[in-house]
Amino acid sequence: MPVLWLVLIVIALGVVGFFAGRQRALASAGGDARDLHSLPNYYGANVFLFVVIPSLLMLLMWALIQPIVIENQVEGLIPESAIAEGSSLGLVMSDVRRVADGLDAAVAQGAMTAERASSIRTEFTDVRDRLGAVGVALGSDVGSEVLRAAQRYRALSGTYGWMKTIAVLGLALAGFAYAFVSTNKTFRARNTVEAVLKALLILASSIAILTTLGIVLSMLFEARNFFAQYSWTEFFFGSTWSPNFRGGSELGILPLLWGTLYISFIALLVAVPIGLFAAIYMSEYAGPRMRAVAKPLIEILAGIPTIVYGLFALITVGPMLRDYFAQPLGLGESSASVATAGIVMGIMLIPFVSSLSDDIINAVPQSMRDGSLGLGATKSETIKQVVVPAALPGIVGAVLLAASRAIGETMIVVLGAGAAAKMSLNPFEAMTTVTVKIVSQLTGDTDFASPETLVAFALGLTLFVITLGLNIVALIIVRKYREQYE
Amino acid sequence: MNDMRIVERTVDTKEIKISARNCQVYYGDTHAIKDVDVDIEDKTVTAFIGPSGCGKSTFLRCLNRMNDTIDICRVEGEILLDGEDIYDTQVDPVQLRAKVGMVFQKPNPFPKSIYDNIAYGPRIHGLAKNKADLDEIVEKSLRRGAIWNEVKDRLHSPGTGLSGGQQQRLCIARAVATEPEVLLMDEPCSALDPIATAQVEELIDELRSNYSVVIVTHSMQQAARVSQKTAFFHLGNLVEFGETGHIFTNPSDPRTESYITGRIG
Repeated sequence: MPVLWLVLIVIALGVVGFFAGRQRALASAGGDARDLHSLPNYYGANVFLFVVIPSLLMLLMWALIQPIVIENQVEGLIPESAIAEGSSLGLVMSDVRRVADGLDAAVAQGAMTAERASSIRTEFTDVRDRLGAVGVALGSDVGSEVLRAAQRYRALSGTYGWMKTIAVLGLALAGFAYAFVSTNKTFRARNTVEAVLKALLILASSIAILTTLGIVLSMLFEARNFFAQYSWTEFFFGSTWSPNFRGGSELGILPLLWGTLYISFIALLVAVPIGLFAAIYMSEYAGPRMRAVAKPLIEILAGIPTIVYGLFALITVGPMLRDYFAQPLGLGESSASVATAGIVMGIMLIPFVSSLSDDIINAVPQSMRDGSLGLGATKSETIKQVVVPAALPGIVGAVLLAASRAIGETMIVVLGAGAAAKMSLNPFEAMTTVTVKIVSQLTGDTDFASPETLVAFALGLTLFVITLGLNIVALIIVRKYREQYE
Repeated sequence: MNDMRIVERTVDTKEIKISARNCQVYYGDTHAIKDVDVDIEDKTVTAFIGPSGCGKSTFLRCLNRMNDTIDICRVEGEILLDGEDIYDTQVDPVQLRAKVGMVFQKPNPFPKSIYDNIAYGPRIHGLAKNKADLDEIVEKSLRRGAIWNEVKDRLHSPGTGLSGGQQQRLCIARAVATEPEVLLMDEPCSALDPIATAQVEELIDELRSNYSVVIVTHSMQQAARVSQKTAFFHLGNLVEFGETGHIFTNPSDPRTESYITGRIG
């Protein structure tokens, strides 16, 4: 039975259980909901959860475990001799799965009877042709062992499929019966539902955490492979970046790190003052009507895709900087430059800084402003000497969050700053960042055994550690700030 | 209660510091203060009493134009400080507030050191010629705020680390440091325990020798203890204004009597 149907049946059973449980609870209290421990709907929800959760968990587990079990059993049918030179058991097994899928498709389209599908032999039929006719293309002729393994695969899948259906539905019915029987007016259904909800919330948060962990681990393993082939001192302290897929590359991170930090620095130089002043205007001076219009308008900047910012850098800002600053000053001829990418990235970060700072400035208690104004300070003196210092830890947190955005930005750099890995102080020279090089090392034909490709993971890990460090510092500062006014 | 004993105080005739005539305050469409006429004397403690929401804090905030910071608030009528209309367009509210200091209900020290809290006003108004001068102002203000002995060894630790009562005395010292002529206090003791309240009240009595003090309070005992003049507000009207002893012993308006004896409020 298809999984979708199974899920629908289980849910339908759960819905039936909901009404049955609710009814039974009411009946046990003689129809008076006030005599129940919990509200009637909680009894219904309790039965529903008992039907749905264990059976769907079972379904999930089964879906994970069944292929492993089947594969273990089928592998035995493939003799050593059937594995060609340079191939592996894994490749043969994927052939087996394709043939099995092909047979399924052929049966489903009526090109073959189910009986025939499980009895054909390569000796008598050209399986490749027959499967090609129903739209399943195979790379090579099907060997007899593979076909037999595929047939076995299909047979086992069918058997296990039925077992799965029975197990899942059985579990659903058992859950139904158990929850239904235990429903009576003293049963604490509300507490059970509460516990399930709590478990659901814990599950959601642990998925988020585990994903982060997974990302770190996958990077860590690949980076370890890289460092097995390339010396870490040369990577971290090398000042030349010239990857060469024929070997003999120099993969020093310093020019990339320099580009990243330089561009981020310029971006913050643009974003922090503008964002902060905008936030101060919004929270301290602007009237409610102005605020209602201007604040969303500023935040629109945050919604523009970074590739669009990149185009803006490429077509407008870059040539403008070159024509009006770089060439007259004799600093360079290129429209792609650190300044271009930095300025455009700074514009992108303005809403970040301004909306976070705005919230933080608004959180400074009004009593602080009153105290200062009451002493005869002007508005700007109050802001400069009381409001901003009080909000400073939060503002620093906002700036650090913006900085980690800047460090991770790719698109604007590709289009605005070019791809040359250089270490220079001239802001009108093209440079590049860690992120851009990660992309360029992983695009095109890649060989995941060479250091030129694997270096991307080491770069990514380095970047991750830097932004993680910034985020942690930001979090600590923001938390400290929160304690201050409680 | 012992404190309810009203001693006849000798009140000399003093010059009028602030006088309000026909004062009206509106919050949007709400008419919060109606036809208030009051004369506040120099070197006197004047108490504003009345039930919550009667407008006494609103009126207090009119006296140094703190209501300007509220967009929907509108003040009409005439309030004279030393004979000059403080709502005249010529008057700079910032200058006015330097002359009419304010202490708030909740202690609100700035998140700065104790020293910087006190030095804030003098620095803004350029009252100190040099560092030594500023040090002197800070010490004098803290002494006046009756908190010098408690904080003299930790002037550079944050003001927010003090206890509630100390914070409030710090705020009073901060207000005193700008050398105001009038000190407005909006329920300065409502967040304090009885011991701290007693200290602040003692302080108010001392401040009387230099300033005109206006205090809003919910505690009638406090009004009786610290003030020479009392104004009773009810529903935005100034019901009665006179000698504190007189108001508490022999109120002329039945509403005042009901409030003082605890029948309304």
